[in-house]
Amino acid sequence: MRQFLARRAVASLVSLAFLVIAVFFLSRLTGDPTDLYLPVDASLEAREQFRQLHGLNDPLIVQFWHYLKDLAVLDFGESIRRARPALDVVLEAFQWTLALALSTMALVTVSAIVMGALAAFHVGGVFDRIATFFSLIGASAPDFWIAIVAIVVFSVQLGWLPTSGTGTPLHWVLPIAVLFIRPFGLILQVVRGSMITALGSAYVKTARAKGVAARPIIFVHALRNAMLPVITVIGDQLAGMLNGVVIVETVFGFPGIGKLMIDSILQRDFSVILASIIVTAMAIFIMNLLIDMAYAVLDPRIRY
Amino acid sequence: MADHLLEVRNLSVTFHTARGPVHAVRDVNWHLDRGEVLAILGESGSGKSVSASAIMDLIDCPPGEITSGRILFDGRDLLTMSREERRHINGKRIAMIFQDPLSHLNPVYTVGWQIEETMVIHGTSRQEARQTTVDLLRKVGIPDPEASVHKYPHQFSGGQRQRLMIAMALALRPDVLIADEPTTALDVTVQAQILALLEELQRETGMGLLIITHDLGVVAEVADRVVVMNAGEIVEAGEASEVYHNPKHPYTRKLIAAAPGQGEMSSGVEEGAPLLSLRNVSKRYGTFEALKGVSFDLMPGETVAVVGESGSGKSTTAKVLLRLEEASGGSAIYKGRDLFTLSPRELYEMRRDIQMVFQDPTQSLNPRMSVYALISEAWVIHPGIVERSRWRARVAELLEQVGLLPEHMYRYPHQFSGGQRQRIAIARALALEPQIIVCDEAVSALDVSIQAQVIALLDRLQDELGISFIFIAHDLPVVRDFADRVIVMQGGRIVEQGDVRQIFEAPREPYTQALLAASLDPDPEIQAERRARRLEAAE
Repeated sequence: MRQFLARRAVASLVSLAFLVIAVFFLSRLTGDPTDLYLPVDASLEAREQFRQLHGLNDPLIVQFWHYLKDLAVLDFGESIRRARPALDVVLEAFQWTLALALSTMALVTVSAIVMGALAAFHVGGVFDRIATFFSLIGASAPDFWIAIVAIVVFSVQLGWLPTSGTGTPLHWVLPIAVLFIRPFGLILQVVRGSMITALGSAYVKTARAKGVAARPIIFVHALRNAMLPVITVIGDQLAGMLNGVVIVETVFGFPGIGKLMIDSILQRDFSVILASIIVTAMAIFIMNLLIDMAYAVLDPRIRY
Repeated sequence: MADHLLEVRNLSVTFHTARGPVHAVRDVNWHLDRGEVLAILGESGSGKSVSASAIMDLIDCPPGEITSGRILFDGRDLLTMSREERRHINGKRIAMIFQDPLSHLNPVYTVGWQIEETMVIHGTSRQEARQTTVDLLRKVGIPDPEASVHKYPHQFSGGQRQRLMIAMALALRPDVLIADEPTTALDVTVQAQILALLEELQRETGMGLLIITHDLGVVAEVADRVVVMNAGEIVEAGEASEVYHNPKHPYTRKLIAAAPGQGEMSSGVEEGAPLLSLRNVSKRYGTFEALKGVSFDLMPGETVAVVGESGSGKSTTAKVLLRLEEASGGSAIYKGRDLFTLSPRELYEMRRDIQMVFQDPTQSLNPRMSVYALISEAWVIHPGIVERSRWRARVAELLEQVGLLPEHMYRYPHQFSGGQRQRIAIARALALEPQIIVCDEAVSALDVSIQAQVIALLDRLQDELGISFIFIAHDLPVVRDFADRVIVMQGGRIVEQGDVRQIFEAPREPYTQALLAASLDPDPEIQAERRARRLEAAE
């Protein structure tokens, strides 16, 4: 187990290193921030001073070296735009995204599992139809469209919910609802398929022969066996959300990491770009570890 | 009419499938009393398990439909009870165990929990159930019961898993135990132990035991009465020994005649230069030694049977020989060259000389390829054996040779029966005109009557084409009928090898003797004698 963790940590650090190198140099291709931050008629001296201040005069490789040295002591640099430590800016945005992603995925997981299990138990029944309906919407309706329609209907016309921001719990309802649909439809289908296999298995036959009632057969005997592929998809979806849900964040004016990343690229705010990538990569690494643990907890045959 | 403990009357079950209704059983009648062992004997598709599924409420409706009949248990008709009422009978008064204990135990829960569950759902407290479980495990012979309750099914051997299933089924001392092919997936020595355990527990509890099997030997060993089924109908019923000695129905007669182990034994082939010589072959997986110094010869036109229980290394021998896995040591000399050191190019040429037929033709034949494509593919890989213009004619010839109709060459594997599929696999092996065919449990998955036909086919091919067979099997009676020489393996080692007569009539090694003693004879009288001797030996 410990060996497994160590191997995974090393592998993740290696990929992180490649990522940092690639992003560092690629982001410089977007251009010189000086042009963006100083007025068009700024004097050459002012420009020179700005470059000096942000270390943009050094050769790229020297800049990279400085960046690595700072990174070694967990200094992620300053945001040019906000004149604050980049890490603070990133963590602030990330916590919003994390909260949004976790609450959405928690709701998705619980409802998709219950619904999918019931759909599998009566293929072609009521739950199965509802399941198919949601999967269809999730797969076919683009989320920016759903988001806009939801704002028009619930915020503008009915006036039940705020259009954007994060002030009250009510502000969370629409973003979560919009984000919910696609992973719900997807995970529902995975649960359904996996449960149909599990319910047709020999050990379910044994349970029926033992006289186990329908509900424990579904939720105790079959579900735990059916969870492995489901966990994989949940992890995949959650990783996607941790990277930021740019469209939903933008439409609802939600100050998350996705929006921050796009903004900082447009603003050539290099330290923020790098810091957000490192933070989300770490989060995804930790989440993947948790998922591997979940495998081992669910299935005693899996040991690392 | 006196009431029986369990009685099936005029039961008919139909399954509605995409290809139309299938009448799984028609007008079936049988009964079981306390303290009695009834066997339902039949081949695959005979409907032998259907009445048991109906008793346990395991038939899904749809697609299944019980079109007529009654199932009386203690005088009450199970089929008119509510689902909830039947649930209270299942596991408590009528229990069932199945063929493959690994897949029938839930892999993600401890065995202790699963056995306790049977008791808990029928009203025992968790604590009491926990104590009883340990006692049950001890009773069915699971070592270290206190620790075993915390283990998972994959941590037990096949025989132990079936013991666990039995413990689970007997937890509430049911009146009836239904055992559906309880020993089919097990090694012979383990089979004997499990059957003995079932008998002992039955004697102790006085329950009625229903055994569903395809194996005449199992019937001979345990059954008081037997019901013979064919194509959904009961063709014959009666005392086990009466049915064996005086079968009335032609199907029963055919079944008894097809039972292996009754034919003339081979007197061996002439000594000469061996076609293939294995010397000191070993195979290691990490620290585990799967093969330890295996040496034997194969003569031209000879059948060498490799027998042993699971884990004995018999299949590994085949894999290493065909270089599907690399040997860790030793040599295999074929036509003066060591197969283990051939370069990939030489190996490719050698492949046409040594072909393989696998256990399960459903898996070894690509379901998306027609029979023609399956057989002619060999000539694509090894050009120059048959000219392209003659492919169709040659496939037709091969199909005729294995007893199939040439006009079926454009059909797909699923359109054939199990026995026919194995014939296709044999035709495919023959396409390359090999010197040696390795049969890895090639007839184990087939019904006895089909098994006899396939063996006869292999025999004929050997006479006509002079092919040598390496015949890997766990079923001793089949080996007795087909092999010239027998190699007995245990734990990766050859414990004994000799002519088939010597092995079967005068086995030297205790392990071979134990194997032979554990194998079941279809004759109930002979089996009763063997059992008496076994009991004597045990005391």
